[in-house]
Amino acid sequence: MYDFEFARPTTVSEAASALAAEGAQALGGGQTLIPSLKNRLASPSLLVILAGIDEMRGVDIDAGDSVVVGGATTHAEVASAAADSFPALAWLAGNIGDPAVRNRGTVGGSLANNDPSACYPAAALATGATIATNNRKISADDYFKGMFESALYEGELITKVRFPIPDAANYQKFEQPASRFALVGVFVARFGQEARVAVTGASENGAFRWAEAEAALSADFSSGAISDLSISADEMIRDLHGSSTYRAHLTKVLTARAVDAAS
Amino acid sequence: METVNLIVNGSAFSGEVEGRKLLSDFLREDLRCTGTHVGCDTGQCGACVVHVGGKAVKSCSMFAWEADGMEVATIEGMADEESLGDIQQAFQDSHALQCGFCTPGMVMSAAALLDENPNPTDAEIRDYLEGNLCRCTGYHNIVKAIRSVAERRASAGAA
Ligand SMILES: Cc1cc2nc3c(=O)[nH]c(=O)nc-3n(C[C@H](O)[C@H](O)[C@H](O)COP(=O)(O)OP(=O)(O)OC[C@H]3O[C@@H](n4cnc5c(N)ncnc54)[C@H](O)[C@@H]3O)c2cc1C
Ligand code: FES
Ligand code: FES
Repeated sequence: MYDFEFARPTTVSEAASALAAEGAQALGGGQTLIPSLKNRLASPSLLVILAGIDEMRGVDIDAGDSVVVGGATTHAEVASAAADSFPALAWLAGNIGDPAVRNRGTVGGSLANNDPSACYPAAALATGATIATNNRKISADDYFKGMFESALYEGELITKVRFPIPDAANYQKFEQPASRFALVGVFVARFGQEARVAVTGASENGAFRWAEAEAALSADFSSGAISDLSISADEMIRDLHGSSTYRAHLTKVLTARAVDAAS
Repeated sequence: METVNLIVNGSAFSGEVEGRKLLSDFLREDLRCTGTHVGCDTGQCGACVVHVGGKAVKSCSMFAWEADGMEVATIEGMADEESLGDIQQAFQDSHALQCGFCTPGMVMSAAALLDENPNPTDAEIRDYLEGNLCRCTGYHNIVKAIRSVAERRASAGAA
């Protein structure tokens, strides 16, 4: 690991000014970044630690219809704080990696990194979340730009994420047991009649919404409603853990399971 | 260099540490607490699990200065001069270790689990140990050891 300086801001504005420096990078829980520093995939000259910024920590249940999570909030905190108000989100957070990863890893780090197999992108897309940064609000539909790519500018910070609470929801994660990420994960959410289906782990373009399944489920929210659908394996990830056809298959199976569990 | 103040197994430490020094390396090299093992150094195996502020973390995936102002507990703090801690004793009694490389991390994860959930089911024990890999035991005896600690603590509490 190359050496670096570090800054410990206590407010978002201090962090944003520190991140404006050439070679500066934010450090959330470090669960992704520290391993990348070790193998020199990242070599910032300044690390800006977010853990001391109180306004970026914690979980609020806003007006009973949204869960608002600070960008530097750990997965473990979300798992316990959202358990009553939004159990599907709490379950997702409580099944990321393992307990030690959940005690350090953060929502902001997960969304900023946008790993194609990460869990939070599915929840953000399926609920129509809003990702607030130090200078704007980005809707989830505009945020994800493909594998490890997001709408964030260099040095832009995720300060808060607002997840609207659906009337019914469920997350199904088919775990890749070695990495503990999702081989495929499907988040289904229903707001009134409108169903939303977001898939992670499957596509080479990162998490996405499955439009045909959403249309079918908005007309009839039952697993039978998607039984005639199929999803193309083109542009699905293929690696030693599963072929693209297998991932396409899992997408449909997990969607049906999520609908059954949510209804 | 950064000045850090932390409490490790009840003893205060105050001194200089390089910014890029991992907590695992700081414990092993600077404090000579070599009970914390480094297996993968990539956050996968859990051999390096310690408690920071009462929570299980992978010390290979955290900088020493991130623990500034906090209490750190390692495997060295589980035993006193005379005897093993109850989790360690149960691992010995249940034959829950063979080479012992994973054991410090297993014991620290087990301690965190039992703090959070004093009476876990076998499924909850296995789930909690998801990030702790053991290449020797096949896990059954580890689960048995942890269950026996929970039972013994419960009957000691009830007595
Ligand atoms: C063994 C293991 C298993 C895992 N399993 C899963 C899993 O099942 N599902 C899953 O979703 N994830 C999983 N993860 C990833 C985990 O959730 C990480 O915590 C997460 O990807 C990164 O979050 P972090 O806070 O650790 O970020 P860091 O590692 O600190 O940072 C990652 C990137 O995000 C940037 N960043 C951090 N915070 C912010 C912010 N607030 N605003 C802008 N940029 C920011 C950093 O500069 C860096 O580029 C796993 C990780 C490990 C090690
Ligand atoms: S050495 Fe830290 S997780 Fe393997
Ligand atoms: S006892 Fe050898 S790795 Fe667990």
